[in-house]
Amino acid sequence: MSHTSRLSPPFGSLIDRQQPIHFRFEKRNYEGFAGDNIASALAANQQWLLSRSFKYHRPRGVLTMAGQDANSMIQLPSDPNALADRVAISDGLEVMGQNYSGSLNRDSGALLGLFSRFLPVGFYYKAFFKPRGIWEKWAPLIRKKAGLGVINQDYQSEYYDKQYQFYDVAVIGAGPAGLSAALQAAKTGAEVLLVDENASLGGSLNYSRLDAEGIAARELRQQLVAEVEASANITAMTSATCNGWFADNWLPIICGKRLYKVRAKQTILCVGSLEQQAVFHNNDLPGVIMSSAAQRLMHLYGVRPGKTAVVVTGNNEGYATALDLLDAGVQVKAIVDLRQQPEYNEIAQYALSKGLEVKTGYAVYAANKDRSGLHLGSVEVREIISQGVCAASGETIACDTLCMSVGYTPTYQLICQGGGQLSYDDDSSMFTLTNCPDNCQIAGSVNSHWQLGDVIADAQRAAIIATNELGLSTQALPDAITLSQHQGPNFGWPIFAHPKGKEFVDFDEDLQIADIINATRDGYEHVQLVKRYSTCGMGPSQGRHSALATARLVAAATNKTVAQTGVTTARPPFSAEHLAHSAGRSFYPAQRSNMHYRHLEAGAQMLQAGAWYRPAYYGTTNQRESSINNEVKNVRNNVGLVDVSTLGGLEVRGPDAAEFLNRFYTFAFLKQPVGKARYALLTNEAGVVIDDGVACRFSEQHYYVTATTGGVGNVYQSMLKWNAQWRLDVDIANVTSAYSAVNIAGPNARKVLAKLCSDIDLGSEAFPYMGVREGTVAGIAARVIRVGFVGELGYEVHIPQHCGEALWDALIDAGAEFSIKPFGIEAQRILRLEKGHIIIGQDTDAMSNPTEVNMAWAIAKKKPFFVGGRSIQELNKAPLKRCQVGFVVNDLNAPIPLESHLVLDGDRMTGRVTSCNYSPTLNKPLGLAFVEPDQAEAGSHFKIKSSGGVMVDAMVVELPFYDPETQRQEL
Amino acid sequence: MPFGLLKYGLNSEYPAQHHFSPATELKKHYDVVIIGAGGHGTGIAYHLAKYHGITNVAVLEKSYLGSGNTARNTAVIRSNYLTEEGVTFYRESVKLWQDLSNEFNYNVMMENRGQLTLAHSDAAIRSFRWRAEVNQHMGVRSELIDRQQIAEMVPNLNMSEDSRFPIMAGLWHADGATARHDAVAWGYAKGACERGVELHQLTEVEDIEVTGGRVTAVKTNRGRIECGCVVQAVAGASSVVAKMAGIPLPIHSYPLQAMVTQPYKPILTPHVSSPHLHVYTHQTSRGEFVIGGGSDPYPLYNTRATLDQRESLTAAALELFPFLAQARMLRQWAGTTDMTPDYSPIMGLSPVENYYLDAGWGTWGFKATPICGKTMAELVATKKVPEIIKPFELERFYKFEQINEAGATAASH
Repeated sequence: MSHTSRLSPPFGSLIDRQQPIHFRFEKRNYEGFAGDNIASALAANQQWLLSRSFKYHRPRGVLTMAGQDANSMIQLPSDPNALADRVAISDGLEVMGQNYSGSLNRDSGALLGLFSRFLPVGFYYKAFFKPRGIWEKWAPLIRKKAGLGVINQDYQSEYYDKQYQFYDVAVIGAGPAGLSAALQAAKTGAEVLLVDENASLGGSLNYSRLDAEGIAARELRQQLVAEVEASANITAMTSATCNGWFADNWLPIICGKRLYKVRAKQTILCVGSLEQQAVFHNNDLPGVIMSSAAQRLMHLYGVRPGKTAVVVTGNNEGYATALDLLDAGVQVKAIVDLRQQPEYNEIAQYALSKGLEVKTGYAVYAANKDRSGLHLGSVEVREIISQGVCAASGETIACDTLCMSVGYTPTYQLICQGGGQLSYDDDSSMFTLTNCPDNCQIAGSVNSHWQLGDVIADAQRAAIIATNELGLSTQALPDAITLSQHQGPNFGWPIFAHPKGKEFVDFDEDLQIADIINATRDGYEHVQLVKRYSTCGMGPSQGRHSALATARLVAAATNKTVAQTGVTTARPPFSAEHLAHSAGRSFYPAQRSNMHYRHLEAGAQMLQAGAWYRPAYYGTTNQRESSINNEVKNVRNNVGLVDVSTLGGLEVRGPDAAEFLNRFYTFAFLKQPVGKARYALLTNEAGVVIDDGVACRFSEQHYYVTATTGGVGNVYQSMLKWNAQWRLDVDIANVTSAYSAVNIAGPNARKVLAKLCSDIDLGSEAFPYMGVREGTVAGIAARVIRVGFVGELGYEVHIPQHCGEALWDALIDAGAEFSIKPFGIEAQRILRLEKGHIIIGQDTDAMSNPTEVNMAWAIAKKKPFFVGGRSIQELNKAPLKRCQVGFVVNDLNAPIPLESHLVLDGDRMTGRVTSCNYSPTLNKPLGLAFVEPDQAEAGSHFKIKSSGGVMVDAMVVELPFYDPETQRQEL
Repeated sequence: MPFGLLKYGLNSEYPAQHHFSPATELKKHYDVVIIGAGGHGTGIAYHLAKYHGITNVAVLEKSYLGSGNTARNTAVIRSNYLTEEGVTFYRESVKLWQDLSNEFNYNVMMENRGQLTLAHSDAAIRSFRWRAEVNQHMGVRSELIDRQQIAEMVPNLNMSEDSRFPIMAGLWHADGATARHDAVAWGYAKGACERGVELHQLTEVEDIEVTGGRVTAVKTNRGRIECGCVVQAVAGASSVVAKMAGIPLPIHSYPLQAMVTQPYKPILTPHVSSPHLHVYTHQTSRGEFVIGGGSDPYPLYNTRATLDQRESLTAAALELFPFLAQARMLRQWAGTTDMTPDYSPIMGLSPVENYYLDAGWGTWGFKATPICGKTMAELVATKKVPEIIKPFELERFYKFEQINEAGATAASH
């Protein structure tokens, strides 16, 4: 295709005419240049229609050319709702329009627009639900219509990452204000970050016309950018969006596939302003564009916006646009100036001298389609009689382009996220901003300055405030720039209702003037309610082009001022961002014990416990049952080895160590002898059991306390929290990851350990049950604890983390002659169940007090205080509501109850199973269950609702099931 | 096209009907003052007016109608709780939800899309089985389902065994639903105002006068009102308002954040939640993905959004649905959740004789809206606490009779 619309240099500053790029749109081939985005390249090929709108499927195309509107959202293969005026073209890129049925040009979905008068604001609240049940039929139909682009569900993850950065001053926006602020700040030696979301530094200096000849802006840009580039302490980022403002200048900046998390001591927001549309009939037709969009097309991309144009303006900038259009060879049919008595500046005077037709005090009342029905063909121009009201008739001017220059809103989003307040100045008809945080300045047009000299002075002043604040400079602060006496760019009421409506206030949501007004008439008067009821501002551009017109309309309709009416809350992000950016690389760390690979070598099936991997059992999945049972039997008959490195380990040291534990855990610790371990049960303030472990006293002032794998994080946090109140003289450290640990258990445990340990007397009297010793095992410094979780003679051996594998190997070797075998968590669960030991979190729940779970013995009766003590005291005054019992299922044909199956008494839920397994030692299913106290007597029976609703009979038995005299662990 | 809409197209003048009482002066006295015009406050007013004939009622709202957590919640409706008291209560609420649009003649767009909660550990499976067993026993549709059933139900869910936390099972709750959250307050407020209730927006309660153990008046920024009784329904500020009446509540308030993407064509029907990853999501009827998770780690009365939460929520969402990487986040916001020690609400009587509590709504207030309106109105009208809310009395914290729903609440909403 030929580039009939391309202009010659100096137009097209961003494109490289030597580098053609071929891409496809709607399955047709197009050519653009390096530097083009999708919208500019298509515009160069006269393709203005890009997509269809959300509700009425109206044809939409270029509006801002700044990546700020939803009209130019298109579909890329793995990027729906992409902005055509933001995404650069690349060879082979496949681009499609969005949200149409049939074809982009002939969209059957557009028929809905014919019925728009039957779809008033909030119509879905008013209908579709009578008669009862009918909504269920409507909902899927309406739902099918919803949404814009199509998500590619076969998306292959791409690499996104994050980087932290720190600067003295971050300047957001690199227009004349941002460049000047950065340069001023850099002079003081500050490290400055300068960020701009556009491809080129300079902001409006790249495309706007500041003088009659149209050269001053480009000259100034060149000069400022050269200075910035020559400043070693300014880092400039282009195509980078500062997408939020969080407390203390915590700035997420997105550039490419990276999220920069920037902490700046001072931030200067020079984020400029967003041009606004005039509101009139068919103001959404492709060909109706912002003046600044026309200027960007010409100056940045060398694209002629059309052949014949009309400019509708409420300020002098429209005249500058008209001059640009003339320079680009566009026939300017008329300038429609909304103002009754314009105050012309030098540029406007110059435009007038070109003999352009100017219609003062006129409005564009309506836009009309061309023959294709998809583009602007003419505009209807009428005289303005009073605010928003036009004469009964006017004239029609044929044109293919309408440029709108009726005003701006400051780009208030980041500032309002930082707590800035938006107000409205009735004289200038502009939003104004106040109340920025102390470490955040605003400058330039966002601060209501429009004359270039004012903008630069304002920016330099902001930079001086920032660097003075940082102590980098001690400059006298120039007076604040008074707001210019020149007429501002905003026309107060560029809103013209039409009997046929379709004067769009919000393009994203297809909302017309009547929708906004009728929302207030229905009683939704607060601007937030207008938004929620009409959906105005809820769309992809978050009210960028609807907030101002909405505020004006709502104010007028509710007899309030625009300032009183305000706008809805600005929330992050500034621009819609891919979830990939904030997600970054998937970062869920995994914890593996030092013996992890030994388990794998031994054929372990691993399970996850929090972030840890633990061996469930050793063997193939189809031999699960027999593997587990053999592991159990081997512990009972010979000796087994289990990796308990994941157990929590907490060091508590200091003169008050015993006192601390005495307050923290339920048991008594003050008189605990050195060399002994005590069971440590933890309750919360409500007296609920939340963790357990053993507290090993290695010296007067040193305890090593274990905690559950899943609980240690909370236990540690809780210890710190309490001691922040108690202020005891202890140091607390979570050393879980510093230790590897095994439990060697079974009748042969001592024999195995004895082979590897010569400096601890392992004799049953020298080292009794619940004793703790320090020594060496296999030459490795070890803490040895004699415990009995699984109900056999057993030792936990805790050693430095990195020695785990060596210890494991040594024990396996030494144990070979005693038939040592590793066992996993599943076997351990059965072993401890046979012994009647509970697992906190499985056999307890969020209401379990110690008495219910038969732990009353672990509560010290005489100590003055412990966490949860008072609650337990109170709880014990009332009769027990439930208790935990051991049960067996004698009917071997019954389905084995599963954990969490209910205990029923008739139809009443009276409890539940918390643990249940087939016991290879006792050859029957046994378990623990909560039951009501009157069901708890040994020998009595209760019913469990097992799988498939089968009622299974369970008999209560005394705990423990195995070795009731507890002789084996005390061998 | 429904006939109901014809009048809008055929009339030349928009047939506006003001849904709410236009702001008038405050009266000197109301029989009932309700503090808070969210779904709960307006629901109570509606039921008082419609079913108990009590219409000398003022609903006071410091901001705009439905501006608190009614506006900020993520619109999840479910009843798959854990305790008998909880299930009974929420089950009744879900029933009322089903009929709500026709009840108050306003479409709340209730959609029964179901809720799928994912288990990534055997501990979670145990806890889900418990819920499923209790729920089924009580007639709530809730079942434990396996990987294959999950894959059939949500074919685009990441079921990879190689993911960091593979999905092991799920709790499927067919009664799970969503609705247009704002519309609940609007529908109730409209129905209440039609029956004579006064809605006063931008009217902030600044103090509550209590004499001899009774409330006599409330002071607002617009003047003092005498009242027969007061109901507080101010989720997010429960302890602050109760304190004005001299009532301490066992509540810590935390921000709870959520976010929403741009609209996309529908690809996800049920609500999917992963307590382990602290994330849940569903696709709204507009096509947006709403993504939420756990509360912020520290208490705060501020509804700011944080970057940390954005990062962790999106990372977790992508673990479940990797293709959401290409979706664009549109907006991130927060509400304030009044967390109670047992993750259940505080409803009913208070130490002040004619001051009623509808508080402690943590992350479970939206789904309870209709049942709260009904039962709290009954309490105000009859001075008798309805059976179904008795377990949630404030006294329970003094009697060690908590209704602990911790296991059924974390990041599930």
